[in-house]
Amino acid sequence: MSSTMHMHGGIGESIKRKEDARFLRGKGNYVDDFVLPNMSHMAILRSPHAHARIKSIDTAAASAKPGVIAVVTGELMAQHKLAWMPTMSGDTQAVLATDKVRFQGQEVAAVIAETKAQAEDARDLIMVDYEILAAVTSPDGAKAEGAALIRDDKEGQKDNHIYHWESGDQATTQAAFAKAHKVVRLHTFYPRCHPAPLETCGCIADVNPVTGKATIYMTSQAPHAIRTVFALVTGLPEQQIRIISPDLGGGFGNKVPVYPGYVVATAASLLLGRPVKWIEDRNENLISTGFARDYHMTGDLAVDKDGKMLALRVHLDSDNGAFFADAQPSKFKAGLFHIVTGSYDIPTAHVTADGYYTNKAPGGVAYRCSFRVTEASYLIERLVSNAAFELGMDQAEFRKKNFIQPEQFPYTSATGWVYDSGDYPKAMDVALDKLGYDELKKDVQARRKKGEVTGIGIASFTEVVGAGHGAEFDILGLRMFDSAELRVHPTGKAILKLGVKSQGQGHETTFAQIVAEELGIPAQDVIVEEGDTDHTPYGLGTYASRSTPVAGAATAMVSRKLREKARKLAAHLLEAAEEDLVWERGKFYVKGSPERSKTIQEAAFAAYTNLPEGMEPGLEGVTYYDPPNMTFPFGTYAVVVDIDKGTGQVKVKRMVAVDDCGVRINPMIVEGQIQGGLTEGYGIAFMQLITFDAEGNCIGSNFMDYLIPGAWETPKFEIGETTTPSPHHPLGAKGVGESPTVGSPAAYVNAVIDALSPYGITNIDMPVTSDKVWAALRSKGVTE
Amino acid sequence: MKVTMRVNGTERSGNVEPRVLLVDYLRSNLALTGTHVGCDTSSCGACTVLLDGEPVKSCTLLAVQVEGREIKTVEGIAQGGALAPIQVGFHEEHGLQCGFCTPGMMLVGAALLERNPNPTDDEIRWAISGNICRCTGYVNIVKAVQHAAKLTSGKEAAAVAGGTE
Repeated sequence: MSSTMHMHGGIGESIKRKEDARFLRGKGNYVDDFVLPNMSHMAILRSPHAHARIKSIDTAAASAKPGVIAVVTGELMAQHKLAWMPTMSGDTQAVLATDKVRFQGQEVAAVIAETKAQAEDARDLIMVDYEILAAVTSPDGAKAEGAALIRDDKEGQKDNHIYHWESGDQATTQAAFAKAHKVVRLHTFYPRCHPAPLETCGCIADVNPVTGKATIYMTSQAPHAIRTVFALVTGLPEQQIRIISPDLGGGFGNKVPVYPGYVVATAASLLLGRPVKWIEDRNENLISTGFARDYHMTGDLAVDKDGKMLALRVHLDSDNGAFFADAQPSKFKAGLFHIVTGSYDIPTAHVTADGYYTNKAPGGVAYRCSFRVTEASYLIERLVSNAAFELGMDQAEFRKKNFIQPEQFPYTSATGWVYDSGDYPKAMDVALDKLGYDELKKDVQARRKKGEVTGIGIASFTEVVGAGHGAEFDILGLRMFDSAELRVHPTGKAILKLGVKSQGQGHETTFAQIVAEELGIPAQDVIVEEGDTDHTPYGLGTYASRSTPVAGAATAMVSRKLREKARKLAAHLLEAAEEDLVWERGKFYVKGSPERSKTIQEAAFAAYTNLPEGMEPGLEGVTYYDPPNMTFPFGTYAVVVDIDKGTGQVKVKRMVAVDDCGVRINPMIVEGQIQGGLTEGYGIAFMQLITFDAEGNCIGSNFMDYLIPGAWETPKFEIGETTTPSPHHPLGAKGVGESPTVGSPAAYVNAVIDALSPYGITNIDMPVTSDKVWAALRSKGVTE
Repeated sequence: MKVTMRVNGTERSGNVEPRVLLVDYLRSNLALTGTHVGCDTSSCGACTVLLDGEPVKSCTLLAVQVEGREIKTVEGIAQGGALAPIQVGFHEEHGLQCGFCTPGMMLVGAALLERNPNPTDDEIRWAISGNICRCTGYVNIVKAVQHAAKLTSGKEAAAVAGGTE
């Protein structure tokens, strides 16, 4: 079917995707598509209140409804010690509420019935008597004197403070600020948003009453880690748990955590001896599952009289919701936020962070982001542009003057990161050339003289993706390695099994290409299997742009391992010495006699049929790869906006994105990731907002209020690239899927602020909606 | 209630509660799981099917409303074993990633090409503006529909050329 079927499919070839065939025919296998024999359906009753004490729950009417099999409450879960579960940030989270509800949408009870409609009908008959309590909806509210204590369940918890965390050097930073020519401050709020994959979360739990084996079909980006967590939470032996993560309709971080619905469905299946299906609706997805951001940030940048950056000081207040359930490596309370010095050679920095409980949904997932890198990148890129505006310097010049230079790599940042590679000036030059920056600046000046409101924004981001290495990065103690198992069959065809899990990134194609390059078997002859914990090697999963940096490296290494065995087999077949053989993708030949050769397929056949004396049969291997460092993708994005003075409407005239993610394995797929991410970045900058009223009611609880960009409003993006290979990755590749959401929001907002800066406007928080822009212009007397 | 409709060219009958949505009928009763549910508020278009050739959101129709009418779902797009031009377009132009919005997008694209065989990019963007994609963005989806338009007009041109011989 594909125009590229005949291609070998090595690295750098834009072959068409292997996984497309089933999706194009409507034959994908998403969790809600599965129907198991004797399957029952679960509906969850959620709290209408943000903060309330549960006085009583009456399930009698619900239990009496036709078709109802069971009604599960927190009390029942508590009898099995499952009313609470651990979170990924060392806290606890209620599975079903027993004492209080702590956010609107919290899980209170569940009904299991023969049909979904019966379960939902009965759910609506459960009577809960609540005593409503005051709600806390922001860190300031959480800190306020007399604020309601949210986590009264935790012994010793006297207030709503969760953690204090620091990075960098306070003393040297203070000293540098004391000598500064100028200090530029930006206070900005990166609001709460939600990844909102088009497929919501859900599962089918199927605990076999005879064998005790729990097979759980689950929307999970990290099935292996989830299996271990389930074993720890439920006490089931780990070999009796099989997580199957089928096709996922997007994830973007939303499908990393364990949600109460999974636990309740599994417990219900265990108790009932029947499969239990639970599928969220969109409202449940938006109000209860992993949100992102909600960071209140203040940055101070010290510069000298020549415009050189001297020091950076950052404080943030993190709104973590009712349970500290951020999905992040154990030792970092604010994720990898301390990458906040970004692309700049800032000699010293000091970062402080405080987390607070609020009566909002828990989660704190990295939405298309490597653990809070997005927030860090947004702050530094906004702050740098604001500093340029305040200093009267050009945004691009100011950045160039302060970039970490290519010869400084590997570069150790003020907060301790070791950046692997980069060429920031080059990426910026490519972006500015593409934009026609110098001409455009003249045009902006000319149009401003005519009273038009127009501006250019730049962001030169650096990301940190591809966790581990494992000594530094872990999830609940599990080192963040990943794995690849490769089996070459006698006929020279192969199956590759991975510990990561695609949500649309095209793993079935990209990882087959790595085998095609490294072992010489055409990509079409390699199938890739993921997501079934009984049939794939252990891995930490797909999020934080880690699949290519970690599992991609594992795939390269296992391919090379098998190539070395194939070399021995070829030497045996050719009756030549191993060291006399030359590898040319797909075959070995005898040095100086290229006609004496054996293909990889011939070597594979020999592995099962004609072995040298003493060699173990078969051509299979597994590699666990613990990366020596993270990878550091980067780029420069530039945006041009026009603003309508009368309405505040922002029109994105142009958007140029130049990305450097090292070596690109399938350029078509990489560009697809960038295009998609830029669309989400546009949504975050201008549309997507989860907010709350004073009572803690979630505003943005459906797709009529939580606005997702469609084809009509999304700008057309102009993309470009530079290539700076990662020095430690076996293929020189870095992650890419998140660069566009990390880099683009600041570029958009910088363009808006550049346009408004002549009027003395220095900040508008996202999403930059027309009413906010109009109000800002009005406050300066620019519009009526 | 009894309901009868033609689905992908075949007459299908069933008994449903009056409140059953078309999307649930297609997915649960007819096992046509290529039609997806993304939002419940007719905002996302993952449930798009063709009703007498026009795109509709099947989460906003009751199954019984479709009595006696013609439905096409993603499973009915391919012509025999071969992919239809719209499917080839989505594959060749990398117009899909996770695949969840793809059935709706392809049906809207195919319906557009039925009434407008040579659309502009903006006409395509307008046509798919009721369908949300979270992974791919829209550039490649527009290209995919254009690719299908070229394939279709190419085939027509070939047919016309063949006819004049």
